[in-house]
Amino acid sequence: MSILINKDTRVITQGMTGKVGQFHTQQCKAYANGANCFVAGVNPKKAGEEFEGIPVYVSVRDAKAATGATVSVIYVPPAGAAAAIDEAVEADLDLVICITEGIPVHDMIKTRYRMQGKKTVLIGPNCPGLITPDEIKIGIMPGHIHKKGRIGVVSRSGTLTYEAVGQLTALGYGQSSCVGIGGDPINGLKHIDVMRLFNEDPDTDAVIMVGEIGGTDEEECARWIKANMQKPVVGFIAGVTAPPGKRMGHAGAIISGGQGGADEKLAVMEASGIHITRNPAEMGRLMQKLLRG
Amino acid sequence: MKIHEYQGKEILRDFGIPVPRGQACFSVDEAVAAAEGLGGPVWVVKAQIHAGGRGKGGGVKVAKSPDEVRQFAQQILGMQLVTHQTGPAGQTVRRLLIEEGARIAREFYLGMVVDRAAQRVALIASSEGGMEIEEVAKHSPEKIHTVRIDPQAGLGEAEAASVVKAIGIPSAAVAEAVAVLQGLYRAFVEKDAMLAEINPLVLTADDRIIALDAKFNFDSNALYRHPEIVAMRDLDEEDPAEIEASKFDLSYISLEGDIGCLVNGAGLAMATMDIIKLYGGSPANFLDVGGGATTEKVTEAFKLMLKNPHLKAILVNIFGGIMKCDVIAEGVVAAARQVSLNVPLVVRLEGTNVDLGKQILADSGLPIISANDMADAAEKVVAAAREVK
Repeated sequence: MSILINKDTRVITQGMTGKVGQFHTQQCKAYANGANCFVAGVNPKKAGEEFEGIPVYVSVRDAKAATGATVSVIYVPPAGAAAAIDEAVEADLDLVICITEGIPVHDMIKTRYRMQGKKTVLIGPNCPGLITPDEIKIGIMPGHIHKKGRIGVVSRSGTLTYEAVGQLTALGYGQSSCVGIGGDPINGLKHIDVMRLFNEDPDTDAVIMVGEIGGTDEEECARWIKANMQKPVVGFIAGVTAPPGKRMGHAGAIISGGQGGADEKLAVMEASGIHITRNPAEMGRLMQKLLRG
Repeated sequence: MKIHEYQGKEILRDFGIPVPRGQACFSVDEAVAAAEGLGGPVWVVKAQIHAGGRGKGGGVKVAKSPDEVRQFAQQILGMQLVTHQTGPAGQTVRRLLIEEGARIAREFYLGMVVDRAAQRVALIASSEGGMEIEEVAKHSPEKIHTVRIDPQAGLGEAEAASVVKAIGIPSAAVAEAVAVLQGLYRAFVEKDAMLAEINPLVLTADDRIIALDAKFNFDSNALYRHPEIVAMRDLDEEDPAEIEASKFDLSYISLEGDIGCLVNGAGLAMATMDIIKLYGGSPANFLDVGGGATTEKVTEAFKLMLKNPHLKAILVNIFGGIMKCDVIAEGVVAAARQVSLNVPLVVRLEGTNVDLGKQILADSGLPIISANDMADAAEKVVAAAREVK
């Protein structure tokens, strides 16, 4: 088992025919059951064509009707990416994963508003995607660093997620699923939502939660963990040394109005029973220590 | 992207929000001429820098004659204005705003931000104008009124009126204040702002509402559709290293320390700064080379770091995923040769083709210190920096 996706998931790629979309579609198709999972692309101008044997449809709705796919991944450039999410939501997909970085915040506010009351779940934008090792990879993460297993990973950052995964794999601990929720201020699933799913997943034993400065999502997740979580959680927050008022790469990674500092987040997480480390090289070893008891 | 107060007031004026008559000036003579053009009896001479807290730092003066305008303009123009937002070095004042004086009866606070948790624009208003809103939030949170605005309906009249009344604006001025709130919301959305503040919003002795200050910060991801905002950019207010970095699509932020870091990915870049600190060192910068770390980008990144006179060592920390480690290693070697590196370089590579990458570093003949993991890298770079005099 896993969360959100598995080897039977069928995926539509929006923006498959662009340079980024082509490259990552090849990579995803080559990973585990990818050849069976990636069943459709969308591009109104190239409908009827194929890429790597994957047919291109005029719309998400058409692609869904023709293939039965329930999930989409988006590589559409920033100016059109929010509209691409809207299209996936209108087609009533179960899950949409938006990789695109640089979507204007006001576009995302409008898109999230339109998503209210709809069934579609959003991951991202500005995220690496998600993976269930040895089954399916949807996104831009390097597949080969992962190993099938029982640890869940949730993170706002890309390479820092790989760092956590790499440490786990090196110590012999595989992952159930790894979810990159993205570095933007307005996004879909948050730490708390993914943590709920890991808590309910019978094949996840423990979770590594990687956060960063900006916003209060980690604090909200920590409070939920204190009241509900039945599995051990290891936590790290990037940006203890980040100065206030400066955007640290990710649009959402900014300490503003006295909110979003790493120390405050770590304090709330620790008080909530999360096993925190201030050393990003120790995430895997701390998990090992907990599991060995 | 930030803009100056006088530019912010131009935007407010375009959205029907009353602001004092005024003029931006670049010299003392221009300031005096502007004052004479506006007419007296009272003028405000305001330093234009992107940081807040200008009044306390001596950057805002009230003049009662054109001679005083000249005197204050001479004082302020060219000064290093130090505020709580500039850092100890301060910011050079290159522009002034000369404005007519206002007869202030009361001061209020009006702000808008993107509320991440609510995923909406939040309007924040308070009776405590002229103060830092963070201070008000800390000491008298009950004086802060917040409305999270429905993106479909916008800011309704009744909603705006209830906020206006809650902060104590008298009934004679309610209609005008409601128009100000609605105008600010329209400006905020249409111009893709991330933050807007009017502090203070003033009630005059004759019950008029005027925006006495204007602060805007715009979403850099939306600038492609706002050439009029891009035209307001003032490069003198930005860090030259950060401007240079942006030309090469590098995300760079100068810090106070002496260990340069070059990392792929924003989260890992922050974590690298953190681990340097944890091992007793101090990072000189944040630098994310992004997913496609080409030789050219890595070379430019090295050049940027080496411009820092305090630099004592460099840590390269790359988790090669899609980017293969051997490609990155070749980039690092080529860059190190090209810039004639004169500080110790510690490199930590992990991920795809890591062994090949390490081999390339070892075979380069360059004095590169190789590290096995992040902790090893941090320990080695901190030690290397200590040895440099």
